[in-house]
Amino acid sequence: MEIYLPIAQVTQDVFVLLGIGLVMGFLSGLFGIGGGFLLTPILIFIGVPEPVAVASSANQLIGASLSGVITHWRRGNVDFKMGAVLVVGGILGSLAGVQLFSLLRRLGQIDLVISLSYVVLLSTLGTMMMIESIGALLRARQPGAHQRRLHQHTWFHRLPFKMRFRRSKLYISALLPLGLGFGIGVLSAILGIGGGFLVVPAMIYVLGMPASVVPGTSLFQTIFITASATILQAVTNQTVDLVLALVILIGGVVGVQYGTRFGARMSGEYLRVMLAAIILGVGAKLLFDLTVPPDNIYSVAPRIE
Amino acid sequence: MTAIRVQAPRITAFRLAAAAWLCLALGGSPAQAQQLIADLTDHLVAITTGFHGANVILFGAIEGGGDVVVVVRGPERETVVRRKSRNAGIWLNTRSVSFGNAPGFYQLFATRPVEDAMPASLRQLNEIGVDQLKLTPVGRFSHEEVPDFRAALIQDLQTEGLYGRGTGRVERLGDKLFRATLSFPPNVPTGTYTVQIFLVRKGDVVAAQTTPLIISQTGLEADINQFAADQAVLYGVVAVLTAAMAGWAASLMFRNA
Repeated sequence: MEIYLPIAQVTQDVFVLLGIGLVMGFLSGLFGIGGGFLLTPILIFIGVPEPVAVASSANQLIGASLSGVITHWRRGNVDFKMGAVLVVGGILGSLAGVQLFSLLRRLGQIDLVISLSYVVLLSTLGTMMMIESIGALLRARQPGAHQRRLHQHTWFHRLPFKMRFRRSKLYISALLPLGLGFGIGVLSAILGIGGGFLVVPAMIYVLGMPASVVPGTSLFQTIFITASATILQAVTNQTVDLVLALVILIGGVVGVQYGTRFGARMSGEYLRVMLAAIILGVGAKLLFDLTVPPDNIYSVAPRIE
Repeated sequence: MTAIRVQAPRITAFRLAAAAWLCLALGGSPAQAQQLIADLTDHLVAITTGFHGANVILFGAIEGGGDVVVVVRGPERETVVRRKSRNAGIWLNTRSVSFGNAPGFYQLFATRPVEDAMPASLRQLNEIGVDQLKLTPVGRFSHEEVPDFRAALIQDLQTEGLYGRGTGRVERLGDKLFRATLSFPPNVPTGTYTVQIFLVRKGDVVAAQTTPLIISQTGLEADINQFAADQAVLYGVVAVLTAAMAGWAASLMFRNA
């Protein structure tokens, strides 16, 4: 059954879109991430124009993360104060990001920036996660392995504007989550991602938050950052396809439930290795596409005002 | 599920009526008989959910013999052609040329190959054939690069199925009536199209007619698109709230699961 997407102005099969939503939802339930970093490249791959793929991914992430936050909130696993500081940074970041997106689109370099940013982000993160989780797997096999400290104290613990985050058992400078939020906001606007795959490691390794509150808080800030990115994209670039976002969301919410249940039966370390492998795979594919001589060196597009 | 319902029985009945009408129109007053008369089965192609292309039939009659040449042109828009080159191992867009008036759609139909029916000067004057399209580069460009970019534009639109390769067929039905099937692919741009019909005799245009054709989104899709353009802020807010509500509903649905 085919459906005409009004903003993308292309016809797509409903079941293909539902299937993509289902798989994305499954992965996001399994790994506790939004999955935007996989969704945007897949939408581009099936023929949705890049700017529409980016903006509509952000739109559907609102629903996906809200659904997740409610589940975590019932278990008391959301640090709202930390989330709020991240959100303030995030909204400022997405304001800057949408302007940058518009500029790059006019210059004809938006596709390149999207691809290159993904390559850099995914390969760096994938490698770090892979090394870390394989290390953890090896350590787990040695009896009497030493317990890691919660976090290391470095220069950024001497920054001003210290704030107490009770739920996270932290007393750190507000500039840290603010800056982190800003960076995620910029990326969310340019790449259509909620930033879960970046925020989660940053919360654990940079901020030093306890693992239990990380997924809920990350999803909480994702709602607001993707909401602000969606509105800004709608106003600045008019690229939010609500029909596309909703169809994927329907598949996504079902997938999340199965992913969550499946994930509960698997060891965390193996999940991390799998996620690292997926991240590295997507990054490698995008890098490959950038370096291989294109079939056609010319591309044609209507002029954007 | 096609947007315009072009049903075979209706066409047959319609064609008979049309043929009768055409004979009357042409034969009624021989002193001032029109040499060319033509019309479309539909002047509006509606793009709705499930649109996967549409056909419109052009039909008409001629008086006194000759070739019929039909040009279908879509709305013009400024179109940018970019060229990639390799920098530090990565392919990126480096050069570009903008064409101010590239039609979004161009198809040519004729009773026989236009090269045989019309001399080059006449084809050039009336922009008959993609090779004769007057594409004007705008902004900054270097003259020697234009032909390559122009060729790339035409090739890209041909690959998309928006520009024709060669000449489509105008069928003759007897010595007076003619007919052509104009096909529009699913990715057809919306807007006002023109269908130009030329009657060519001995290398000269002896009669011509232009008829409009509108391709537009209708129904919910059109409303969404219009809403997104006219009320961008409100559309953004609605998009956010809709997604949020869907997410909230999902969490309620699976609460007990």
